[in-house]
Amino acid sequence: MFIINCPYCGERDQTEFSCGGEAHIERPKQPTELSDDQWAEYLFMRKNIKGIQFERWNHIHGCRKWFNVVRDTSNDKIHAVYKMGERPPVK
Amino acid sequence: MSNNLRINKNNFIDHTVRISFKFNGKKLFGYKGDTLASALLANNIHLVGRSFKYHRPRGIMTCGSEEPNAIVQVGNDPALTDPNVRATEIELYEGLEAFSQNCWPSVNFDIGGINNLLSPLLPAGFYYKTFMWPASFWEKYEFFIRHSAGLGKSPTKPDQDLYDHQYVHCDVLVIGGGISGILSAKLSAEKGLNTMLIDDKNYLGGSTIYQDDDIFRIDNETSNVWLKNQIEELKKKPNLTIKNRTSVAAFHGYNYLLARENLTDHLSGNERKEKIRQRLLKIRAKKVVIATGAIERPLIFSNNDRPGIILSSSIKKYIDYYGVKTGESISLFTNNDSAYETAISLNKSGVKVKVIIDIRENSNSILSQKIEKTGIKILRGYTITNTDGYKRINSIEVMKLSKDGGSVVGNKITYKCDCLGISGGWTPMVHLFTQSGGKLKFRNNDNVFIPDENKTPSEQISVGSSNGDFELDDVINNTVKNIKIFLGLDKNNYENLDIKCSKEKQKRNIWLLPSNKPISKTKPFLDFQNDSTAKDVKLALREGFKSIEHVKRYTTTGMGTDQGKLSNMHALGIIADTTGTNMGELGTTTFRPPYTPLTFGAIVGRNVGEFFDHTRRTAIHDWHVENKAEFENVGQWKRPWYFPKNGETMYQAVQRESKAARESAGILDASTLGKIDIQGEDASEFLNRVYTNAWSKLSIGKCRYGLMLNEDGMVYDDGVTTRLGENHYIMTTTTGGAANVLSKLEDYLQTEWPELNVYLTTVTDQYSTMSICGPNSKKIIKKIIPSLDLSDESFPHMSFKNSKIDNVNCRIMRISFTGEHSYEINVQSNYAKDVWERCIEAGKEFNITPYGTETMHLLRAEKGFIITGQDTDGTLTPSDLQMDWIIGKKKYDFIGKRSLYRSDTIREDRKQLVGLLTDDPKEVLEEGAQLVESLEKPIDMLGHVTSSYFSPNLNKSIALAIVRSGKKLKGKKLIVPMENKNINVTITDTVFYDKENKRLNA
Ligand SMILES: [Zn+2]
Repeated sequence: MFIINCPYCGERDQTEFSCGGEAHIERPKQPTELSDDQWAEYLFMRKNIKGIQFERWNHIHGCRKWFNVVRDTSNDKIHAVYKMGERPPVK
Repeated sequence: MSNNLRINKNNFIDHTVRISFKFNGKKLFGYKGDTLASALLANNIHLVGRSFKYHRPRGIMTCGSEEPNAIVQVGNDPALTDPNVRATEIELYEGLEAFSQNCWPSVNFDIGGINNLLSPLLPAGFYYKTFMWPASFWEKYEFFIRHSAGLGKSPTKPDQDLYDHQYVHCDVLVIGGGISGILSAKLSAEKGLNTMLIDDKNYLGGSTIYQDDDIFRIDNETSNVWLKNQIEELKKKPNLTIKNRTSVAAFHGYNYLLARENLTDHLSGNERKEKIRQRLLKIRAKKVVIATGAIERPLIFSNNDRPGIILSSSIKKYIDYYGVKTGESISLFTNNDSAYETAISLNKSGVKVKVIIDIRENSNSILSQKIEKTGIKILRGYTITNTDGYKRINSIEVMKLSKDGGSVVGNKITYKCDCLGISGGWTPMVHLFTQSGGKLKFRNNDNVFIPDENKTPSEQISVGSSNGDFELDDVINNTVKNIKIFLGLDKNNYENLDIKCSKEKQKRNIWLLPSNKPISKTKPFLDFQNDSTAKDVKLALREGFKSIEHVKRYTTTGMGTDQGKLSNMHALGIIADTTGTNMGELGTTTFRPPYTPLTFGAIVGRNVGEFFDHTRRTAIHDWHVENKAEFENVGQWKRPWYFPKNGETMYQAVQRESKAARESAGILDASTLGKIDIQGEDASEFLNRVYTNAWSKLSIGKCRYGLMLNEDGMVYDDGVTTRLGENHYIMTTTTGGAANVLSKLEDYLQTEWPELNVYLTTVTDQYSTMSICGPNSKKIIKKIIPSLDLSDESFPHMSFKNSKIDNVNCRIMRISFTGEHSYEINVQSNYAKDVWERCIEAGKEFNITPYGTETMHLLRAEKGFIITGQDTDGTLTPSDLQMDWIIGKKKYDFIGKRSLYRSDTIREDRKQLVGLLTDDPKEVLEEGAQLVESLEKPIDMLGHVTSSYFSPNLNKSIALAIVRSGKKLKGKKLIVPMENKNINVTITDTVFYDKENKRLNA
């Protein structure tokens, strides 16, 4: 069970958070103009990387804010935490 | 024979406190400080159980948590008894009662022992192979297998003991109170760090604390005296917490560890009362020192499982620590120097060591030289080929090993003995290290897996013998050196200690020792608890199993409650030897938590009974209780289910309530519906995007039903939203969906549409809701609020008014989930019960009838209204629900819109919501029942019933169902096959009652 440094609250136990999957997948602005395949790409396809992954997390039992986390899924090491709308830190 | 096996000398056992206990009903005595195992051995009892598969007699084999055989049932109350406890870990207390397990009728005469004679018929995988076919027979086999398998008996009543959880934070956690742990804790505490030291025993000092010999000296004191002084100093440190009788069960990432602290298991019944039995420590440590030591390996040879065969280091502990002789005539069998240390201890205590059989050709360490001087016979380059004695070993057969160790030569010699100590070297306890994510490396010269310092997770270190240091000087010097770096220490007092000890020089290891008999005629046990032998492993390899994980499962080696602490290394070694693989490449099986078994009580702590989950009650709850409601759990909510009168059954009550609601007036506590207050200048636009229908044209004071989808187009939640003001809405959600809907809406606002100026606040608990429905509802509202204009022109269906009941502000909505003329009163929750009682009072003359969730479900089913989560399951689109009317066709976008015309969602043969009528109107279908067209096999399942009731208002059975291509099948006959009959049904419209919605304005 890891510790996440919420950008609004500070370090808290993982049990206070929920993970929202891969980050930086923007909802298409004009969904109706997409083909089935393009829409399916947005809707279903996720990378599920073993290694460094960019993820969305929600401090659901805390400030309820969403933010981004850079996590190594092979050892749960968190390399960076940054707010929604901010650019991911360069690797 | 009492106490003649006890020698009267040592500091660890209090000979002044005699303790009586019972084993298998027999009254025995021990002393304070004993374990059950040491007390049994002092009473000359070795035979304590029967093995799992062959029911062979088994005795105490170790002195610690790795014990595979001596697992007992504690306590004589069948309701509260504790199964599978290791006798080697039970501290003796007055009145202890323990029993052997896995034997019937008694440990001395066990019917299952017949399995031993059948053992050639019970090889690895026997159950898998024999009982697999035909599949339908499994149920019959299972009964017998379950009865002949299994260890202890589960208690039959709820646990009456108290358990606790505690969060612990510390700078440094040291696991293990042996010499390396003591040194680590001392260095840490001296640096001023907040330190916790955990050990599973009731004393500190590990095996060094009873290592009393001139060979082992530190700074001119024997090692035990030196360590004792260190511990005394350590205990004075103010920033150190010591937890004895505490076992670390799991080591997770980020230095999060779980440990179980035993608080009362060592106390007698009276002393335990009202105390917490066990405490689960949830530890966050900035740094962790693993000093968990090593356990001795057995040797694998034929019939190595007889009672009286004990690990050599355990024999040493029983004599040196507990003052108990494990036999009168002891032989030792070893591949390393440890057994010599045991021999010295036995010799000092006047116990005759008959012979030491050492598989090594020579040994010239200080230890072996000392033994040679005592005249004890040493056979070098020999092995034991067999043992004899059924319930206790009585002799061994010894033969010379060939040069390559693959066979035996010469004649066999037989020695009589009543105890055999065995030592196959040492295995570092790396369980916690690997649980935390550390990787192991293999050290070839002494065949051990040790932590790889380059693959160790950060902020932890392994020291002492758990890190592969087995000699006293290595343990101390490497611990001090590594802890200094790990904790960033300056110079300290332990860097230049004068340490004297014996150094082992010769090594020889043979995983499976040869015999003069073919292997098929031998019984070399590997896993003593699960009764798997070296033969089983070889058989598994011959049958094609290659992965060690598969061999483990096929042979069950290492799958007992001891998780193979003694057996795993030999299993790996035999696999490596047989397949010609290097053990380092083979790797190990996975070490999984818990390290030793945990009680369920410790895991759940106080979260039992009413503390298991939160209970949410509405503000009107007490009234429901007073009026004898039966309650239903809806999520965490307690909702009135129905209100039985005069001994009514549920069916009778629901029929009465449903009729009353349509004929006169009914009242429902709807407070549990989720309520989200939505404000902000973009609130209308926001609703447009989250609901399927159009919202911007909804005028202030009006209500609208909305359907919310997931992006995949599937129905997610529904409810009525009311426009309270220009930029102010109140949304209702389903009871169960409230929290998820709020989270989902927040997600979109924060991440996809941050440009929208919208604020969401949950007000579910702040407002209570009561719904009054039926043709007399209008008259009741009129009585409560005479000033309110209730005409259809002023207050039409789907509209809202602010009002007051006395001085209490309330919001009144004219919305209906029953199809009747209805009002929903929303008031601040602290006034809710009063307002509810006003409604009941005002409604008396109209026989206002309180109804619960069951009647609500029935009434809405009569109208064909869906309940998301009951009629939907996350796979249905609005069109599947025949709700195409709610899709805003002109809207450019909303959540899930694009998915509504994916190739899959426009298929015509999707499952769709339909109504069902049974041919026999009295026949009520079961929810979940399958629908088929014909009974000819193979039967094609077309769908299932989602809601089903007997409608008192229609006087017939009605149901909703989802059926493949259902929309096109109106009028079609289908069959609902049940266990004892087939029910004929016809597909209908989903609306059964008042299709023209005339009653809304009645
Ligand atoms: Zn936060």
